[in-house]
Amino acid sequence: MAHAVDHAPAHDDAHGHHEQSFFMTYLWSTDHKMIAKQYMFTGMFMALIGGFFAYAFRMQNAFPGMHVPGFGMVTPSDYNMLVTNHGTIMIFWVAMPVLVAAFGNFLIPLMVGCDDMVFPKLNRLSYQIFLLSAIVLIAGFFVPGGGFGGAWTAYPPLSAVGNYNLTPAGSTFWVLAVALEFVAFLLGGINFITTSMNSRAPGMKLYDIPIVVWTIVIASILFMCSVGPLIAGAIMLLFDQNLGTGFFNPAMGGDPVLWQHLFWFFGHPEVYVVLLPTLGMVAEIICVFARKKLFAYQTVLYTMFGTGILSFTVWAHHQFISGIDPRMANVFTITTLLISVPIAEMLFVYIATLYKGSITLSTPMLWALGFIATFLIGGVTGIYLGTAGSDVYFHDTYFVLAHFHYTFFPIAIIGTFAGVTHWFPKMFGRMLDETLGKLHFWLTIIPFNCIFIPLFFLGLWGEHRRIYSYELFDELWKYQGIRQFATVSLLVMLAAQVIFIFNFFKSLRSGAIASPNPYNANTLEWQCPSPPPHGNFAELPTVYRGPYEYSHPDRKEDFWPQNSPA
Amino acid sequence: MSDHAQAAHADHGDPAAHEAHYKKIWVILLVLLLISFAGPFVGIRVVTMVTAFGIAVVKAWLVAKHFMHVTLQPKFVMYLMGTCLVFMLLFFAGTAPDVMEHEGANWKKRDPDAGRPERVLHPEAHGAHHE
Amino acid sequence: MTPIATSRSTAGLPTGTLGVWWLLASEIVIFGGVLCSYIMHRLSHDWWAVEAANTNVYIGLWNTFVLLTSSLFAVLAHSAAQQGDGKLAARRLWYTIGGGAVFLITKGFEWRMEISHGMTISSSSFWSFYYTAAGIHASHVIAGMIAMAVVAMDAAKGKFLHRVENAGIYWHFVDLVWIFLFPLLYIAK
Repeated sequence: MAHAVDHAPAHDDAHGHHEQSFFMTYLWSTDHKMIAKQYMFTGMFMALIGGFFAYAFRMQNAFPGMHVPGFGMVTPSDYNMLVTNHGTIMIFWVAMPVLVAAFGNFLIPLMVGCDDMVFPKLNRLSYQIFLLSAIVLIAGFFVPGGGFGGAWTAYPPLSAVGNYNLTPAGSTFWVLAVALEFVAFLLGGINFITTSMNSRAPGMKLYDIPIVVWTIVIASILFMCSVGPLIAGAIMLLFDQNLGTGFFNPAMGGDPVLWQHLFWFFGHPEVYVVLLPTLGMVAEIICVFARKKLFAYQTVLYTMFGTGILSFTVWAHHQFISGIDPRMANVFTITTLLISVPIAEMLFVYIATLYKGSITLSTPMLWALGFIATFLIGGVTGIYLGTAGSDVYFHDTYFVLAHFHYTFFPIAIIGTFAGVTHWFPKMFGRMLDETLGKLHFWLTIIPFNCIFIPLFFLGLWGEHRRIYSYELFDELWKYQGIRQFATVSLLVMLAAQVIFIFNFFKSLRSGAIASPNPYNANTLEWQCPSPPPHGNFAELPTVYRGPYEYSHPDRKEDFWPQNSPA
Repeated sequence: MSDHAQAAHADHGDPAAHEAHYKKIWVILLVLLLISFAGPFVGIRVVTMVTAFGIAVVKAWLVAKHFMHVTLQPKFVMYLMGTCLVFMLLFFAGTAPDVMEHEGANWKKRDPDAGRPERVLHPEAHGAHHE
Repeated sequence: MTPIATSRSTAGLPTGTLGVWWLLASEIVIFGGVLCSYIMHRLSHDWWAVEAANTNVYIGLWNTFVLLTSSLFAVLAHSAAQQGDGKLAARRLWYTIGGGAVFLITKGFEWRMEISHGMTISSSSFWSFYYTAAGIHASHVIAGMIAMAVVAMDAAKGKFLHRVENAGIYWHFVDLVWIFLFPLLYIAK
């Protein structure tokens, strides 16, 4: 096949140092590191909105009918909108952009030893479409009727009929925003996968790739192979909402269960899309701060592949009580229980990696350990939900809610803090304050448990989800004290985030200057300046060994960078 | 300095021969198209299905192999495409039992004919042929 | 300004081609989702056959012919690009784009006729699927035409000839989807 004669790519250093305008540097950049930061800051901003929504609806829950400071009175419609958009924002506009897009963009070219993503302009376009999706979502909050209130799962007919959801315009904005976000991540995923497959440094064989690159790439593959049916479904829902079609309307020959299948066929792999990057980051952090090689790298890799494939076979466990064929419920119970095995194995791998390591309890390591402890609870409680029999009782109760917060919170929030505290020096050239970091950690993780452990019990006692006020339920009203305790813990946790924000911005301005490799780590991102310049490496590296050669017995130092020839 | 892999068919001889080959495949595709169009006229349902969908699969493979050169790419490309097709089968298998059933052990669709429109369309009026 | 990353090919094929194949993988599941949903309904509603009898198979035949021919021009453009002849490749790409335009115009006439006879997107769930599936396909045709126009303009100047193949691969996929849509919507009555 003809290779273009035009391909002599100019190394950016050859251009000489030209000062770029503010616009080119910050708003129109094609540099993967800048795009990563754009995703990260946008995601963190959206987290503030999502967190604020949680604050508002928890206050309503705990003190029904009272004015919520900073929000006002929460009407039942408001409550639905808050609950819907909290979930939607946290998954699609916080977890995805920060874990997949920000860390993927930042780390992949650096860790595989090249100078940028393979399609820089497509990368920029991906971010711009993503930003547009966020704007469309937020715009939907201000239209007549307010933001969509039909739950993040948007089941029709509630989501399709304006008279039912009372937010006809908001519903359309919501669907459009989600569809745009999917397009942005499809385009971004192409970049991540292609760069990792094609642009590795000379000498970097498949088993020399840092595990976090693998996990982000596998996550992108999962996303690309699973989002299609939901894009189809979203278009159908949009048409049902606006063009009078009846894709999901039984009276017109449609079927609401079709939406559920289209949604969850994507929805389940989606949780692994966000889980895998965090699993990878936690692995990197543990190896660095235990000075040990990752236990059973190849097994981990095949575990990730197996989990990815299995994740396509479990989706209807979200639909056990929707009237699906009970024979299918059998099948999905078995596959769901099976998929707990590889993830449990991952936690054992972490523990085995830590065993006899030379452990430093730095802030990133605390977050990594916190992830293991909390995700363990999330995973174990999933067993009760994945089994159709017990799920008949638990579905739509707070038990489910506590389960998925014990998975999503470790994934999205703990994972983000782990990654940010670990790679902040590389991203910004400064060190974060360790004391503030540790304080933030404890003031986040303890209240987190105080919020959600009680919720398991409330679910066991029969408390349903998405209920505006439990004043209406005599047998549940007596637990109101527990709800208030959970809400007060949330207030403490939210307040503690100020410490992080303060630490972040203070360190940006006046933190200690970071050396290229402050942790004495092996992977390639630590073998270039902090922060890396345009083009990343003065001389593109060659790789001689795997990423986890820590505490090698033949060496004096306890680390051995991938690109050092000796 | 770049290091592209040389694809297997990089220097494969006479371009005119290749172009003739592409045109030959195109003619085959058109012939298959006509057969699939003619199938319904035979009137036997099985024949229609085989000609319509069997030929579609054959045409798809011809386009993939001869126009897209999928067999000349590294093997994982075919595995990737195949995997996505398998995922679609999986989706169908998991969803069809719910969407396609009109009754189950403890339930029956109230109106299996729901959505059938009242108005009558005349296929001949818009040039459609009706078997 | 192209990064060195783009010129590497550790996986054994050029980066642009690798990217297009991944794009197609995601498109298989998008169209797969639509078509699976269509098939499920088609097989479980008898009255869909009555509705489906009203699609015009002659127009469908013509459109299939047009797309197959445009695919021929796309692969001939690739052949020209392989020989380094940018101007010929560009011309053949424009023929491909022309085929896409003929397809879309025919669709426009077809839909106008059907709508005027009362077969609108909301008149029954068959027609909802019909317009949605063909509409999603048509949007991909438009996207492909735009991409090929950009590639053709560069190729005419002798630039980025390797992109001709990649644009072609995408276009062949759009043709592939139609190869399945044609029997589903027009023949299986």
